[in-house]
Amino acid sequence: MEQKRDTLLELHDLSVSFRMYDSALKQTELQMISDLHLTVYPGEVVAVAGASGSGKSLMASAVLGLLPPNATVRGHMHYCGRELTPEMQKELRGGEIALVPQSVSYLDPLMRVGKQVDGHKKDSSPGKRRGLFQRFGLPERTEKLYPFQLSGGMARRVLVSTALMSDARLIIADEPTPGMSLEQAMEGLQMFRELANEGKAVLLITHDIDLAFEFADRVAVFYVGTTVEIAPASDFRAGPDALRHPYSKALWKALPQNGFVPIKGTQPYAGDIPKGCLFAPRCPWADEQCRACVPFVRDLRGGEVRCFHAT
Amino acid sequence: MRLEAKNVFFRYGKKEPWVLENVSLQLEQGECLALLAPSGCGKTTLAMLLSGYLQPMQGEILLDGMPLRKKGLCPVQMIFQHPENAVNPYWRMKKVLEECGEIQENLLNVLGIERAWLDRYPRELSGGELQRFCVARALMSGAEFLVCDEISTMLDVISQAQIWNAVLDEAKKRNLGILAITHNRHLARRIASRVYELPGRDF
Amino acid sequence: MKRMNRRTKALAVSIAAAVVFLLIYLLGILIPDNAVASGFLQAKLPPSWEHPFGTDALGRDLLMRTLKGLSVSMTIGIAASGLSAVIAACIGIVAASGSRRADAFISWLIDLVMGIPHTVLIILISFSLGRGLKGLLVGVMATHWCSMARLIRGEVLQLRNRQYVTMSRRLGKTECWILVHHLLPHLLPQFFVGIVLMFPHAILHEASISFLGFGLPPEQPAIGIILAESMRYISVGMWWPAVFPGLMLVLLVLLLDRLGDNLRIVLDPYSAQE
Repeated sequence: MEQKRDTLLELHDLSVSFRMYDSALKQTELQMISDLHLTVYPGEVVAVAGASGSGKSLMASAVLGLLPPNATVRGHMHYCGRELTPEMQKELRGGEIALVPQSVSYLDPLMRVGKQVDGHKKDSSPGKRRGLFQRFGLPERTEKLYPFQLSGGMARRVLVSTALMSDARLIIADEPTPGMSLEQAMEGLQMFRELANEGKAVLLITHDIDLAFEFADRVAVFYVGTTVEIAPASDFRAGPDALRHPYSKALWKALPQNGFVPIKGTQPYAGDIPKGCLFAPRCPWADEQCRACVPFVRDLRGGEVRCFHAT
Repeated sequence: MRLEAKNVFFRYGKKEPWVLENVSLQLEQGECLALLAPSGCGKTTLAMLLSGYLQPMQGEILLDGMPLRKKGLCPVQMIFQHPENAVNPYWRMKKVLEECGEIQENLLNVLGIERAWLDRYPRELSGGELQRFCVARALMSGAEFLVCDEISTMLDVISQAQIWNAVLDEAKKRNLGILAITHNRHLARRIASRVYELPGRDF
Repeated sequence: MKRMNRRTKALAVSIAAAVVFLLIYLLGILIPDNAVASGFLQAKLPPSWEHPFGTDALGRDLLMRTLKGLSVSMTIGIAASGLSAVIAACIGIVAASGSRRADAFISWLIDLVMGIPHTVLIILISFSLGRGLKGLLVGVMATHWCSMARLIRGEVLQLRNRQYVTMSRRLGKTECWILVHHLLPHLLPQFFVGIVLMFPHAILHEASISFLGFGLPPEQPAIGIILAESMRYISVGMWWPAVFPGLMLVLLVLLLDRLGDNLRIVLDPYSAQE
């Protein structure tokens, strides 16, 4: 009996909020992610695009169970069809799910790079690591260096190698490319692509969306902690008319190679998000309905969009 | 006016390898030069030399034929990649801007800085919003040259376009010289009148 | 009832501790001298309703003496730790922002003073200054600045290289302006917490030096003196002159410690995230 493709990771109505002090003593809940949804199938690269503060990294932390104690998570997270519990997250972390962290500070400052990349597996031979380093253009002596001796771009490549060394089924890469040259970034993304072709899955969180379009299968666009559009990457390559949500179109048009024309305004602060559609204040299509209630997610032309007016 | 680096050599210690060897470049007022280079080849170091944060071991940094002043307001201001490090975390944003004198209302409009942000602390703003403040501060200082070190690398494309459009507009209005350091070819071609590539190497 | 959040709780504890502290201090000052007058008719009385802490060998009420003693200890503690902290701040800042040679000298001095046990040093200073209040004050002051000076030096060294500080310099701000606007506001919370945490140390040292007979003169109602006297009678079964004043001293020190810890939570802006 042939089943519909099994999802590897499924997020459903995910919300994350933080307890914070807004003045000296008053505590408030700050909603950072609201009703976010995303599915990742084995064998694909899903790129996540959006401004900083749109909840991209936070989603990664939520999936891995790495949120600080003042965070509250609501909604559903499923891995291979099973509910993700804190115990399960602990077991999967670094095993079946690998993270390429955002900053160099995730490396142990007192351990040589080579040893960190090998991890704590006993049977690892340096061959695989050397191969990876070579593909990334990291000189052989990199493995003998300490993290503080790496430049920003080298550190990123080391971090990516670390994740590629593991036999993870899902790799979550949080901004793996800044600081790398175009060639290095392409090489890194190409490696993610190859992993996906082997049946693994990659969740690629990135600002370099033009690169992501080239290597990803699908692109999810986040705005103020929610998914506004999920589209095949080919639609992003095709241009704004193929896209559904006005924010995705705006992202496309703001790229240096596509006109460099930004829309006005900025993403609202998590403390005072609008009542209806989160994008309404900046949206050219917004009307009364948009300002009054939050649109549902609906399927449209082979993608998903959270907008009343998208066609 | 002209900002120029003449045969500059730099390293971080007597036993360290050279970070920059014999680098020369020139930047005229009113011009936008993009410096395109991969990581690890000393882009940030060059930026810090040009704006007087570091002194070259050999060679000179000249502004109109004179070495940069060590004290007082430097006419070459640098904008950093990570805005969160470039503002005092204990200050409200209003105070951050006032470090450069009176707040220029028109700059806030140009950069899309909302008035409500002025009363917030840095941790309550996103990277893109903070970077606007850093740009505003540099423009308010009255600098004649801006060295922008990967200022939009950590930002989303909309913020990137907004900030760069504002910087270029102001630069035209004030006849500023801009050195834009980036690894993004498309961005370099879009914003700069001249693109200079630093030879890539890892050490 | 709504559960208090961490900062509110910390603030409440700090205020409560400060109030208790003030109360003891004021009581000690307000108690008239005749309340601790000697009376041989009521000498060596065990604790009772009339004398909750009992009386000593000269018939003085121990509760009153303890309160007065604690109050004296606090005066010395406040003066010594306050002055000590000011010295620490000045030295720390000079070390971090002065020449390299000044820094080397100050670091060496800190190591030197820290290398000698505090008690020995205080005894020497106090003794050479003719004992009494002055000797004690100078002694405690001269020994307690080191660790805080080292802390402040480290902090200033770090702050001076922060990007926003180096940037401030390129914006034409003077070192003095940077010190006042960028550095001091960062150091202030640490400074206050430092004083409060230094306070119990100063009090304990005062008590121990007086106990050993190198500090305050015997007619002063200091805790150290009371404890020293009590030693003479403890072998004949008079336990109360040792136990109650001793307990009070411990309680006061613990209270101050709590105050310091809670102040740290209240003053630290980063605890806002939790």
